[in-house]
Amino acid sequence: MIDISQVSKTFGSAGPAVDDLSLHIATGEFVVLIGASGSGKSTTLRMINRLVEPDRGSIRFAGVDIRQIKPEALRRRMGYAIQSTGLFPHWTVAQNIATVPQLLKWSKARVADRIDELLTLLHLDPDAFRGRYPHQLSGGQQQRVGVARALAADPDVLLMDEPFGALDPVTRATLQAELLRIHALSGKTVVLVTHDIDEALQLGSRIVLMNHGRIVQQGRPIDLLRHPANTFVHDFVGRTEIGIRLLALDRVASRLRPGERAAGEPISAELSLREALSAFVARRVDRLPVVDEQGRPAGALCFDDLLER
Amino acid sequence: MKRYAPVQGVLALCILMSLFGLPFLRFAPNRLLTGEGLSWWQAPLGPGHWACVLPLGWLLSARWPGNRFARGADMLVAVLWLLLLPWLAGTTARQWVPDADSLARVSLGAGFWLSWGLAALLLSERLREAGWPLWRRGLIWGATILLLVGEGLVGALDDLSLLREYGNHQDAFELAFGQHIRLVVFSVLPAVVLGALLGMAAARHNRLQGPLFAVLNLIQTLPSIALFGLLLAPLAWLGERLPASGIAGIGMAPALLALMLYSLLPITRGTLAGLQQVPAAAVDAARGMGMSPRQILWRVELPLALPVFLAGVRITAVQAVGLAVVAALIGAGGFGTIMFQGLSGSALDLVLLGVIPVVAMAIAVDLLFKLISAGVARHD
Repeated sequence: MIDISQVSKTFGSAGPAVDDLSLHIATGEFVVLIGASGSGKSTTLRMINRLVEPDRGSIRFAGVDIRQIKPEALRRRMGYAIQSTGLFPHWTVAQNIATVPQLLKWSKARVADRIDELLTLLHLDPDAFRGRYPHQLSGGQQQRVGVARALAADPDVLLMDEPFGALDPVTRATLQAELLRIHALSGKTVVLVTHDIDEALQLGSRIVLMNHGRIVQQGRPIDLLRHPANTFVHDFVGRTEIGIRLLALDRVASRLRPGERAAGEPISAELSLREALSAFVARRVDRLPVVDEQGRPAGALCFDDLLER
Repeated sequence: MKRYAPVQGVLALCILMSLFGLPFLRFAPNRLLTGEGLSWWQAPLGPGHWACVLPLGWLLSARWPGNRFARGADMLVAVLWLLLLPWLAGTTARQWVPDADSLARVSLGAGFWLSWGLAALLLSERLREAGWPLWRRGLIWGATILLLVGEGLVGALDDLSLLREYGNHQDAFELAFGQHIRLVVFSVLPAVVLGALLGMAAARHNRLQGPLFAVLNLIQTLPSIALFGLLLAPLAWLGERLPASGIAGIGMAPALLALMLYSLLPITRGTLAGLQQVPAAAVDAARGMGMSPRQILWRVELPLALPVFLAGVRITAVQAVGLAVVAALIGAGGFGTIMFQGLSGSALDLVLLGVIPVVAMAIAVDLLFKLISAGVARHD
């Protein structure tokens, strides 16, 4: 879907922001660009929709060099969501979501239908929220509208620049889950920039760790945790926390002992192993009963099962 | 909870004190003499003397600061007071100078002005407290002023010196009115266009801001007389070269040019400030979603900059109404002409005849732009 090859970009006299970077993003992938501030992750993202023009190298989108596409036309084919939402304060929620469809000259009825569809998708009641202004929304609701606006014209690609960076942990977790659900539902290609390793591990089907404008390591979350390429990666993915984060990648269901029984309050098979560990420690037990999504007994989880066999 | 409204109490006391302590009217054998003061009790107001109990009502109602009924009553009494006082002054004047040809004059004294002005202040204070929308407050003021004009139209105020002066200078007044409006409109309008363009250019190119505002600030610091002087030579030269253009070193052309130059700074600054406070994220999002630079300007930047821009235009227009008075010095006309004529002839009422409409016009312009701003304000 997106082919970045040997791209470089330098701002002013400082070193290169992006240095000879190549990256292939396949259709339907959820790629997370992660790194510290100034690692070039945002610049890379902004080069994909030509908000930043590379000094060298080329980027292809659906097989076409993006320099052949008018920037405005290119951007309308890619959803764009940013940290501070960038909602237009003088427009209602509906008008904000309708931005790109209107630029694409959709019919009024089609736009109205799309607004309601997206508000419903993001769990905002259309009748209650359509006519509100951004300042009448909470931070989480604003970001939901921001995501809805990015999805409005059904773009092939979703570009997100630290979309959940300014939210409190609870709201952030909810929206991360929403985004995963939407990604699974729509199969859209998502490129997301973050500096939060937990967010990257939770969301990404592939994580691209950047430093000084170059890719240090890329791969599935588990690859980065299990086989960090060097001490930088090792430090970045959390050194002492690696074990905990590995547990966060798996669900209770994967280590379940079917049919077995245990005493006490049951936990859900959908919980992560990290949450299960927390339950073991908090309740001071080494065996927990597990129920499935419908609440039926599914088996038991032993403390030892947390270790991979 | 507050038990007493101190501002209202003080205002009411001041009104009573100025009513009794200062001359309500002045009687002079002719317009150039200051004349002798007539106190409230000396003036043959007839039963009108009883009007002085009205301010007692304000003193009393100050006991219940938050009470809506008290507030409404205060407003009613204030409007009544604003209408009654001129009426009483007018009828008294008629009794003192019954003969319209007489040289004798009855003019409004300090007691009148203070007790009338303070009552206007009290009314505006009460209206502000009520938290009513702007148009409703404007409506009450408009109605009061209309009724006051009505008093004048039915002839109740004709024998006051101010109206005598108006009668004698009616043609000059009407001429000055037209000229004054022309001075303001035709200097502010081009300044709005030019200032908006300069402000937009300055927002785009940061390097432009330094030199641009250096020049505009310099203009602003020049006294208006000096600016007229500076414009005199080049415009006179231009007028000689292009006799058909009607441009001259004095008159309308330099006045309009000078007023426009003064208006440029606040409008340019307002435009720039308006554009600078547009959230950067909104512009970035607009770009990232595929708006063209023109669409970003018209759909995002300008609407979001509008409130600040309008505030700049409002200040500029009010300033221009006042500055246009000075234009009379170089023969551009306007109310300044009447005012300077009065000053040179020591005829205080003639000065007032020039000043009062300028003040009224400034307030009207201010109100007009506040209404426009409220109309475009962000929806809450």
